[in-house]
Amino acid sequence: MRAPRRPLPTWAEIVLLPLVNIALAFLVVGVIVAIIGVDPFHALRLLVVGAIGSSESTGYTLYYATNFAFTGLAVAVAFHAGLFNIGGEGQAYIGGLGCGLAILALDGWLPGWLLIPLAIAASALFGAAWAAVPAWAQAWRGSHIVITTIMFNFVASALMVYLMVNVLIAPGSMTPQSRTFAPSGRIPAMHDALAAIGITVAPSALNLTIVLAVLCCVGVWVFLWHTPWGYALRTMGHNPEAAIYAGTNPRRMTMLAMCLSGALAGFVGVNELMGVHHRIVLDFPAGYGFAGIAVALMGRSHPLGIALAALLFGALQQGGTELAFEIPSITREMVVVIQGLVILFSGALAHLPRPWLQLLLARRAS
Amino acid sequence: MQALTPAAAAIELRGIDKSFGVVHAVRGVSLRIEAGTITGIVGENGAGKSTLMSILYGLYRADAGEIWVDGQPVEMTSPRDAIAYGIGMVHQHFMLIDTFTVLENMVLGAEGGLMLAGGLAAARAELVRLGRDYGLTIDPDARVADLSVGEQQRVEILKVLFRGARTLILDEPSAVLTPQETDRLFRILQTLKARGVTVVLITHKLREIMAATDRVYVMRQGQIVAERRTIDTGTEDLAELMVGRKVRLDLDKSPSRHGEILLQAEHLSLIDGRGVRLLDDIGIELRAGEIVGIAGVTGNGQSELLQVLAGIRPPSGGRLTVCGHALDARHPGNPAEMRTLGLAHVPEDRLRQGLVAAFEASETSILGYQDGPPFTRNYLLDGPAVGAHCARLMERFDVRPRSPSLRSSSFSGGNQQKLVLAREIARQPKVLLVGQPTRGVDIGAIEFIHRELVKARDAGCAVLVVSVELDEILSLADRILVMFAGRIVGEVAPDRADERRLGLMMAGADAA
Repeated sequence: MRAPRRPLPTWAEIVLLPLVNIALAFLVVGVIVAIIGVDPFHALRLLVVGAIGSSESTGYTLYYATNFAFTGLAVAVAFHAGLFNIGGEGQAYIGGLGCGLAILALDGWLPGWLLIPLAIAASALFGAAWAAVPAWAQAWRGSHIVITTIMFNFVASALMVYLMVNVLIAPGSMTPQSRTFAPSGRIPAMHDALAAIGITVAPSALNLTIVLAVLCCVGVWVFLWHTPWGYALRTMGHNPEAAIYAGTNPRRMTMLAMCLSGALAGFVGVNELMGVHHRIVLDFPAGYGFAGIAVALMGRSHPLGIALAALLFGALQQGGTELAFEIPSITREMVVVIQGLVILFSGALAHLPRPWLQLLLARRAS
Repeated sequence: MQALTPAAAAIELRGIDKSFGVVHAVRGVSLRIEAGTITGIVGENGAGKSTLMSILYGLYRADAGEIWVDGQPVEMTSPRDAIAYGIGMVHQHFMLIDTFTVLENMVLGAEGGLMLAGGLAAARAELVRLGRDYGLTIDPDARVADLSVGEQQRVEILKVLFRGARTLILDEPSAVLTPQETDRLFRILQTLKARGVTVVLITHKLREIMAATDRVYVMRQGQIVAERRTIDTGTEDLAELMVGRKVRLDLDKSPSRHGEILLQAEHLSLIDGRGVRLLDDIGIELRAGEIVGIAGVTGNGQSELLQVLAGIRPPSGGRLTVCGHALDARHPGNPAEMRTLGLAHVPEDRLRQGLVAAFEASETSILGYQDGPPFTRNYLLDGPAVGAHCARLMERFDVRPRSPSLRSSSFSGGNQQKLVLAREIARQPKVLLVGQPTRGVDIGAIEFIHRELVKARDAGCAVLVVSVELDEILSLADRILVMFAGRIVGEVAPDRADERRLGLMMAGADAA
């Protein structure tokens, strides 16, 4: 028989449902904050002001959101192909290695207009290559991609420590980081770029990589819904047998999806290294790869939803830092709890309010 | 078994109503099922028969209406209640555990106590008694996996009787049986009836209604549209009642004028990873302008044959020539290549293979043809072109509702099938493979689909139809091949084929 309830309309699926989820999460957060003796409304105000209260804090929010957008898109592309890429962390790390190596090798020779695109391509290539190995193992050997991508996060981490300590460390440096990139290998900060056209904003870590993130959102949308490859990729994700029936080679499609996913995750390196640190450092992915899973879940694997979810996660990251700074009883760990609850409600419990919404909308329709 | 007075109906439904969201599945249905009779309920797919029976069995709750059992109003909140009132259901798909013995399956859910031994002993005694009373003998220690499909069904029936059911609901029981097994099932049902058991038979096969029932209710669009004594009616009459208009059950087709061989399989074999021979020395010649039907009981290699012919699975041995192009185990084709050669494939299981449930109908309407023009230009899918294509297909094949942007899963089975068929036929293929063309499709659509297949044949297409519905094979095919255990065991011309002979061949008894 027919499914008892009609599916939600798209707008409700990617806008309304996540908003309800966040509201539920904040309700629980409010209760917890009240228990430790802080006025929840005061805390919420601090959180919001800390995230978007000034041009500096907004800049940081957008800078964090850039990273979340990349890893969220990475997870989403793989997810549309029915693959669960848990390896965003490692792919981001190795992607950063890619652009770092390109710049370290070439920044004495090439001008910025040539080097920057080249380095961006290198980060995509390295990220893709790091995803390609688990993808190959899945496609030809049947090793489960969840397991192998998790393992590759550790391999990436160990590899980077080795390289930074033994190979790439700047001569005479006491900390494991590379030499500073020449200016031709840096992506301009947003406050500098805006100053050039006469707009003054407070300095922050936000840089022009956010433009790349927006382009990626649009690009992923075009690719998935407006190209035959995206069509085939989604077919495989929804119904692998139908994809085979349609003549799609599932191995090649697995490789394509994972390489795209890895390349998107690799762009985190662009934002962090070319945009902010201007050198290769350790541990710059800092959990963005994992948070990307929550971002993609919350954004319903749709680029628009992911952009919104990335903004929310960026705001939580920035506002949470401010909150921990302002209220001593809310520690850094407390902020992690808040983020965890948002992830719980928008990820694991994402479908909890769906029946209620369906009922509500059905009632309004009739 | 206590004999019930005919005055009180075994089951009576009064004004049952049930909606799912905006779908009004059952509308004010009232019916009486007399004790000790076999009552048939027929209707097209989506007519509400299954919903109605699910309400009776406590799987769904009705929005309105009453259920009376043996003259008493009852509340059915779960199958547990239904069982307590002596109502049992035999599902279309067996709910047996293959690795357990008959006896172990029997006590499942009624183990009776902490330790199994007591329950098993009691069940064994009960099984012997049921066997004696109803003539349903079966070895209680046989593993279910070793039983034939017909025997497994008998275990299902015994399971229901073991729970003390006096009313038996059978949902499309013949779907997996050979004609002979079906006859045997009907004899069992007659025995049960003679012992006072009430039987409700849900089916869309009119012939079975005529053969087995005493009384029949016809459902259409959630309502009972007719009640007939079986002896007072006939298949044509029932078909018309089901569809709501005159239906031609016999297919008008001119004799085939066949031409060149477009698909040829020689010594084709398929061996799976465990070394089981799924296809064995298959030889088929398919000519332009003919329909070849492949008859057989489900699971005798027909699905695998279609997969190999369509390029989905590479053969293990033998040769396949499609439109002059030779393929073998070392150079297997793939579905995309087969399509460019001019082969189209309507898969057996449209939900699992033929369409993507979550996709819009327009997206489903290009599945397999998405690369290249007319749907892809400059590396981008041409959305308006895809939509217009889908709208054209819907118009030509009468797919309802005509909305290309509706999700594929929102269409009824018949309309999904028409959409898949439209997609494949619209390309004017040279070879058309069709698996189960009308499975889960309503009568009105069956008629349409059959005519389209004949039309494709007359246009010079070589058509291969695989179906478990013998009637369908008999009316469609110009030649009939019978498959058993991965082999083609015989070829028959339809005018010289009768069901008995085909049935014997399908059961592997006669390799004529």
